[in-house]
Amino acid sequence: MSVLVYTENWDGKFKKLSFELVSYAYGVASMIDTDVVAVSIGDVDDGELEKLGNYGAKKVISVNKEELKGLDSQAYAAVISEIAGREEAAVLVLSNNNTGKAVAPRLSVKLNAGVGAGVSKLPSSTDPFTVYKRVYSGNAYANIVIKSDIKILTLEQNSFEVNETGGNAEIEQMDYDLDESLVKTEIRDVSKQTGKLLLTDAEIVVSGGRGMKSPDNWQPLVELAELLGGATACSRPVSDEGWRPHEEHTGQTGKIIAPNLYIAVGISGATQHIAGVSSSKCIVAVNNDKDAPVFESAKYGIVGDAMKVLPGLIEAVKNTRTS
Amino acid sequence: MKILVCISNVPDTTTKIKFTGDNELDTTGIQWVINPWDELSLTRALELKDSNPGLIESVTVAHAGPASSEPTIRKALAIGADSAIRVNAEPLDAFFVAAQLEKVITEENFDIVLCGIESSDFNGSTVGGMLAEFLGYPSVSAVSGINIENEDIVIKREIDGGSELVSVPVPFVAIVQKGIAIEPRIAAMRGIMMARKKPIKVVEPADVNALTEVSSYEMPPEKEACKFIDPDNPEELIDILQNKEKLI
Ligand SMILES: Cc1cc2nc3c(=O)[nH]c(=O)nc-3n(C[C@H](O)[C@H](O)[C@H](O)COP(=O)(O)OP(=O)(O)OC[C@H]3O[C@@H](n4cnc5c(N)ncnc54)[C@H](O)[C@@H]3O)c2cc1C
Repeated sequence: MSVLVYTENWDGKFKKLSFELVSYAYGVASMIDTDVVAVSIGDVDDGELEKLGNYGAKKVISVNKEELKGLDSQAYAAVISEIAGREEAAVLVLSNNNTGKAVAPRLSVKLNAGVGAGVSKLPSSTDPFTVYKRVYSGNAYANIVIKSDIKILTLEQNSFEVNETGGNAEIEQMDYDLDESLVKTEIRDVSKQTGKLLLTDAEIVVSGGRGMKSPDNWQPLVELAELLGGATACSRPVSDEGWRPHEEHTGQTGKIIAPNLYIAVGISGATQHIAGVSSSKCIVAVNNDKDAPVFESAKYGIVGDAMKVLPGLIEAVKNTRTS
Repeated sequence: MKILVCISNVPDTTTKIKFTGDNELDTTGIQWVINPWDELSLTRALELKDSNPGLIESVTVAHAGPASSEPTIRKALAIGADSAIRVNAEPLDAFFVAAQLEKVITEENFDIVLCGIESSDFNGSTVGGMLAEFLGYPSVSAVSGINIENEDIVIKREIDGGSELVSVPVPFVAIVQKGIAIEPRIAAMRGIMMARKKPIKVVEPADVNALTEVSSYEMPPEKEACKFIDPDNPEELIDILQNKEKLI
């Protein structure tokens, strides 16, 4: 038996998300008294693969094939399900990010395994196997029982504490015999910014709404985000208007994020916006309307004009750095 | 080519969610709508049909749900879908729904199947991928654009930090998200009239077991009241975030 975790790589490297996943898989494995096996697809060197041992992976299986360079969910599911069979996986763990969302449901059908999608805690019980997840876009939570023999869990990003076990992983380079006819998608073009902190990875996010008044007013917001080492986000009307790029749109129909700190500036706090940020550990709101609904979700609030409050916050941060 | 749009019937996104004593959704006063992503994929399907008249023959919507969800299906027909299929069953879980949709698709041979990235009730993001695997079709997830250029289908997929253009042979499943269409198409009076005459085919469900079930619901944890900070004293906030919360 095992708990199998799929650890995606980004240009051959793992990131905090990968270590969260392995830590989570280790937590589940401890509950059912078994070991963690990690699967990596792509060109990742041994030094990088070995890092997973430090978070509890007993073994890391690496499949490196030219045909699997781009994400083809059908082919990826074939690889992972075959390894799951070989390793007698009782539970599979993937991220609830784009890749996990593409592959986990296909694995569910291949393995006849129920999916607990978007979990943020360890199962509350393993018999019946019960997981806790947000439903109704954050307006409620549900305890879900997975009844199948094999279970698949997709973990919300930034919801589980990384845990160093200090262990070592055995590395296996697997010469996977791929049925190439499964790879039906062809990537024609990629446009990608490198080196920029991704909104979904950021631990601090500063976000602007229509209360920022004009796209020309964003400079102090961006400056505050940079000073704090965070990323910038926005509400939907802001991206719809083209004031900010679409990747920044946060909320029910945009990105769902869970940073440690979310600073909402000039955002009213409509339920659809909050649906995308309600898992943030701490929400700070700046709004000139003391009755704005955003204050119901915020832990700290400042009632004031964004264009006056932002420079004050920037100054205050700078002062802490120099003193 | 025939397009199928899978639609889910969900509470309007502003609904105050409550549960009854025996832990079921309290449906009193709920306004049911087409799941927002499904509404956008329907919009894009209709745009593709309008701009490729010879190529796209029809746009059909499919839904697994009881008769009480017919108003939502009628709305999709009023927006412009040509016909609808309803699998007459309570949607037990994603696996069950995907298995029902598979049956509909294999019986009618659709070339392009569109599903939303998630349903705003269970936020599972799983039906589309499961359906593709049941059918043995390729799937592309996180789709923010579908275009047809010289009868060739090109899909835009969002990736971390950017996007990719992907080509995939029909039949396929596309799992769509923000960007696929800007504003949902709205039903005009004429559409509403016409929808009354459009067919909704009702089929009986396949015998499939759900793999998951909800054992109980909980409300989000109670939140303490917001602590307000004097706008003339931003240092206080930064001090709290740094020394008390240890976040910066
Ligand atoms: C199906 C559906 C899905 C949706 N999905 C999303 C989503 O994913 N994300 C999302 O964000 N929205 C979404 N929306 C839209 C949502 O309902 C709100 O309309 C939107 O979030 C409002 O954006 P806002 O807060 O920036 O603007 P507004 O609601 O216009 O609020 C602006 C705020 O700024 C404040 N303000 C004004 N001037 C100042 C100033 N000088 N200084 C400080 N504060 C000021 C105002 O008091 C107000 O509270 C969705 C809607 C629907 C129907």
